Amino acid sequence: MSDWRARNHPAWWAFLVHRLSGLLLAAFLPLHFWALAQALRGAERLDGFLRWTEQPVVKLAEVGLVLLLAAHLTGGLRLLMLEFLAWREWQKGLLAAAAGTSLAAALVFALNVV
Amino acid sequence: MTRETEAMTESLSVSVWRGGAVGAFREYSVPRRASQTVLDVVTHIQRRIDPTLAYRFACRVGMCGSCAMTVNGVARWTCRTHVARVAPHGRLEIAPLANLPVIRDLVCDLDVFFEKWQRARGRFEPSAPASTDFARIAPDSGERRAAEAGIECIGCAVCYASCDVVAWNPAYLGPAALNRAWTLMNDARDAAHGARLRAVAGDAGCHACHTQLSCTERCPKGISPTAGIAGLKRMSVRALIRGAL
Repeated sequence: MSDWRARNHPAWWAFLVHRLSGLLLAAFLPLHFWALAQALRGAERLDGFLRWTEQPVVKLAEVGLVLLLAAHLTGGLRLLMLEFLAWREWQKGLLAAAAGTSLAAALVFALNVV
Repeated sequence: MTRETEAMTESLSVSVWRGGAVGAFREYSVPRRASQTVLDVVTHIQRRIDPTLAYRFACRVGMCGSCAMTVNGVARWTCRTHVARVAPHGRLEIAPLANLPVIRDLVCDLDVFFEKWQRARGRFEPSAPASTDFARIAPDSGERRAAEAGIECIGCAVCYASCDVVAWNPAYLGPAALNRAWTLMNDARDAAHGARLRAVAGDAGCHACHTQLSCTERCPKGISPTAGIAGLKRMSVRALIRGAL
């Protein structure tokens, strides 16, 4: 099956968000470790890097990162609840809660940053 | 002009898949009628325009599960799908079901689909001889309710054609076979619970499901195969913890 028209429903979009956020977070991890590793090369290097992260564009990327983390976490909890709790008709409610919590988390982070 | 006569004068542009795995869409113009179903459209083409068109149907009332096709990109039972609901702009694209080999035009080979029911041990295996008295099952017991929720499957393969995991992993048993297995796992009279759980707990079984819910979204009978698959996941994890898998 390769037709987008068949996939245009909320749970499939939730799957896509979960998969993409997972891939992007995995791609981010090496960068994260590289940044931490700067500390091993001396305080000067780490401070230099941290000053670089003060740029608005990096701060904006951080908000995106928080959104990805929140989306992946709440998406994962949604799946665990769907699959391991007794089945009930709450799929769309869970999905809305996961999306709302993720956006709220990103918004709170963004407001703290500004 | 009444609404009905107005509808009668319009015509539908219909693209129909012609050929097998390799083929192309062919355009037809079909008169628009009131309360017209997609199956009516296909039947009109076959009877009035092109008798070589191959398609499959039997009951026309949503019982037999043989008329499922891909309508404007979405798998549907065509006998109970009204044109008015799926073609607001008078355009229809009708193709065979996805994820199944095409025999010709709109007819798919469902052998693989039903073989997977066998592989999921989707057959009732009695625990008592037929000569014994009726088994008494409380209608409001949890097991009976779980079986009831999935028992009305008509085997139309709409769920199977809608499932990405089937496309990605051709060995995956698919929503219908797993739903069938789930109903039997909730049947107190059935004697093959252990063997069936082993049959559905492998790589191509319930744990392959990504909970995209496309099957649940598309099932024309309103069944949620995802619910059954989640039930099998829970059941197999419990069995694993108990060392019974």
